[in-house]
Amino acid sequence: MHADAEGPEREGISRSGLLKRAAVIGVTATLPAVGTAQYGVADAATVTATRQAALTPTQTAVLEAFVNRLIPADANGPSGTDAGVAAYIAHSLNGGLAGGIAVTAPLYAAGLTAVDAWSQSAYGGVFTALTPDKQDAVVADIQSGKATGFIPSAPTFFAIVHEHSLEGMFGDPVYGGNKNFAGWNLVRYPGVQMPVPPAQQKLDVAVKTAHRSAYSFPGFAAGKKEAQA
Amino acid sequence: MSIKLKKTEVVIVGLGAAGGYAALALARAGVEIIGLEAGPRWKPTDFPMDEIRNDVRNYLGQPKAAKEVPTWRLNASQPATQGGGISVIMANGVGGSSIHYGMEQWRYTPWNFKVRSQSIKRYGPNALPADATTTDWPISLADVEPYYDKVEYDMGVSGKAGNIKGKKIPGGNTFEGPRRRPYPLPPLRRSGWNDMTAAAAKRLGWHPFPGPAAIRSRAYRGLPGCEYCGFCTSNGCMVEAKGSTNFNAIAEAERTKHLKVLTHARVTKIETDSKGRASGVTYVKGGKTYFQPAHMVILSTYIYENTRLLLLSTSKAFPNGLSNNSGQVGKNYMSHVYSGVNGFFPGKQLNRFNGPGAQRTSSDDWNGDNFDHTGLGFIAGGVIDSRMENKPIGQARSTPPSVQSWGSAWKDWLHTNGNSVGDAFGQIECLSYESNFVDLDPVVKDPYGIPVARVTFDLGAQEKARAAFVTAKCVQLLKEAGAAETWVSFPTQPIGVNSHAYGTTRMGSDPATSVVNKWLISHEVPNLAVLGGSTFPTNTGYNPTNTIEALAWRAGDHIAKHWKTITS
Repeated sequence: MHADAEGPEREGISRSGLLKRAAVIGVTATLPAVGTAQYGVADAATVTATRQAALTPTQTAVLEAFVNRLIPADANGPSGTDAGVAAYIAHSLNGGLAGGIAVTAPLYAAGLTAVDAWSQSAYGGVFTALTPDKQDAVVADIQSGKATGFIPSAPTFFAIVHEHSLEGMFGDPVYGGNKNFAGWNLVRYPGVQMPVPPAQQKLDVAVKTAHRSAYSFPGFAAGKKEAQA
Repeated sequence: MSIKLKKTEVVIVGLGAAGGYAALALARAGVEIIGLEAGPRWKPTDFPMDEIRNDVRNYLGQPKAAKEVPTWRLNASQPATQGGGISVIMANGVGGSSIHYGMEQWRYTPWNFKVRSQSIKRYGPNALPADATTTDWPISLADVEPYYDKVEYDMGVSGKAGNIKGKKIPGGNTFEGPRRRPYPLPPLRRSGWNDMTAAAAKRLGWHPFPGPAAIRSRAYRGLPGCEYCGFCTSNGCMVEAKGSTNFNAIAEAERTKHLKVLTHARVTKIETDSKGRASGVTYVKGGKTYFQPAHMVILSTYIYENTRLLLLSTSKAFPNGLSNNSGQVGKNYMSHVYSGVNGFFPGKQLNRFNGPGAQRTSSDDWNGDNFDHTGLGFIAGGVIDSRMENKPIGQARSTPPSVQSWGSAWKDWLHTNGNSVGDAFGQIECLSYESNFVDLDPVVKDPYGIPVARVTFDLGAQEKARAAFVTAKCVQLLKEAGAAETWVSFPTQPIGVNSHAYGTTRMGSDPATSVVNKWLISHEVPNLAVLGGSTFPTNTGYNPTNTIEALAWRAGDHIAKHWKTITS
């Protein structure tokens, strides 16, 4: 919070209290119906506390492969990992990028391990070793709840990875996802404009693509620094 | 030990929509005010057009609201947990949530103030459910109208009047109550999607209009007009075109020199003296604890914190919480009900990417008592909006259930059809019930070790029937506009913890069933006022902010006018 010179008062917040709170939130997190709120409850101190590597190299590889099934490379653009989505999630889990999803780090670590376990038991190999078709079957099992071994549940894990993948792919590129505006090109979002002329809001006109991040506008240096931390 | 400060005339706890306009009224009357705000003073450069920062992570709520999210349970026999609401997106800072709300600036209708009596009169003694605690407001539209007018002309509200002094005006909301004059500013720009949905509503025989917005459609009183950037809801305005109290009421009040604002000041208790009168407030700032004595205390935080602070402020005179010897604090809680429907218009480029959400087509035909409810089994209804501001993450969630939500088929559908999805969104009234209330959570605490609020809330049978009815109207509108396929994008559900919450310190004439009187002053503590949506006896289908601000201004005027009686 850099809105004014004075920092927020912090008396009475203990590190252990924050960690306890983060753990509670991590376990009870469920997908918000409209994608808001719950993951925003982390604050700066929580982030610092969980800053060290949230995922092992194996878990990171599973995450990348998983994201690439949610957002595969095809005629409509690059894969999620190539667009920076997996890096967005991993960096956020480590407490970076303003730390919005760091509280879900334990859920990711356990969930990605569970992905491999389910892949092994149901399809005979770790997730990254499976063919894309079989990987899709694993993802579908997790989404539907057929897959077991997830806490609190496979569909919750799917919903959280899915939601964060959308954030990475379609959020402002300042966070490292949506690389080369891949996400915005996919949904034909023209980029941040100021002002937006009336012609751009008419039906059936081709909107002009501006390919601009919010942070290419002057004045948002403090926000940019936080977003990239 | 707290540091005792010099006594002031009024201390205001929370400088948002309500605190801002109360401060303006009092400051203009020359009353000396200390305004305590838990958040910072944000600058326009703190409001980047960033969907992750604003919509997903609720950056502006991090100073306080996000750390004390209430728990929720459906009924009193369940355990309550955090994280069960959909969107506690309240902001902390000078201006409060008036900084980043959707700016839908409605007036309530005459019926909204008299739901119980009018419903019984028209539909009989069983119109309301037996367990509904709904009461008429102790005031009427006529009491509020002068203050709606003041607020609208203070900030520059954009809209098309539908009823000027009783004369109905086509193209405006002909269901609204009489207003003395037109809006100060013309409606926000009309987009292609706005026109398309308005035409469809008209073909159905409805009465669509550009929904009123607390966004300046052009420069007004030295403040600029909207740039239609498309990052309005959940964000402050980087060009200062919103009617947020930080740009308007609070800034004006500070210019009188009678309002002194303290930021990062977190109030922990409202203190009382031996006679049971409010003596001031204790707050924490920069790690130090202060006691600010005052002749009058105005509590104007959000619903949850209004309730929590009262319940936490126990004393000899008020063992169950301040102003709660009646046991009414926390009762009569309400939360808006929603119904979102998407429509797919094949081949049509709708271009809803930008603009504020308040740039919309509204239909009021199925709200309040604007239609005959005979035989329907419910009273009241909801307002239906078709909005702009379809931000990219949100758009990526808008595929129909017939399309898998991931993979190449999903990408292909989004790329081909994503710009061809429109929506109709119903915001639906919820009555108050004995079983829906707010108290202190016995287990969950905020980072300071203070109990968070606990919400007990579920929908009644009338709410479900009303929502199903409004959902069907949303589908009808989209089909008429040419949708080849429609699907529910936001299913009706009880939303326990909500940024559209109401009740818990209800206003009324009877101290046994309400907390404050018609001037929003406590029945039990004559020098304590409680402002905001927590005082509303009904929640209507409309957004509350205009009414919150009008009633705060009215309370401020009343306090200034009767200063000696109130404070002696």
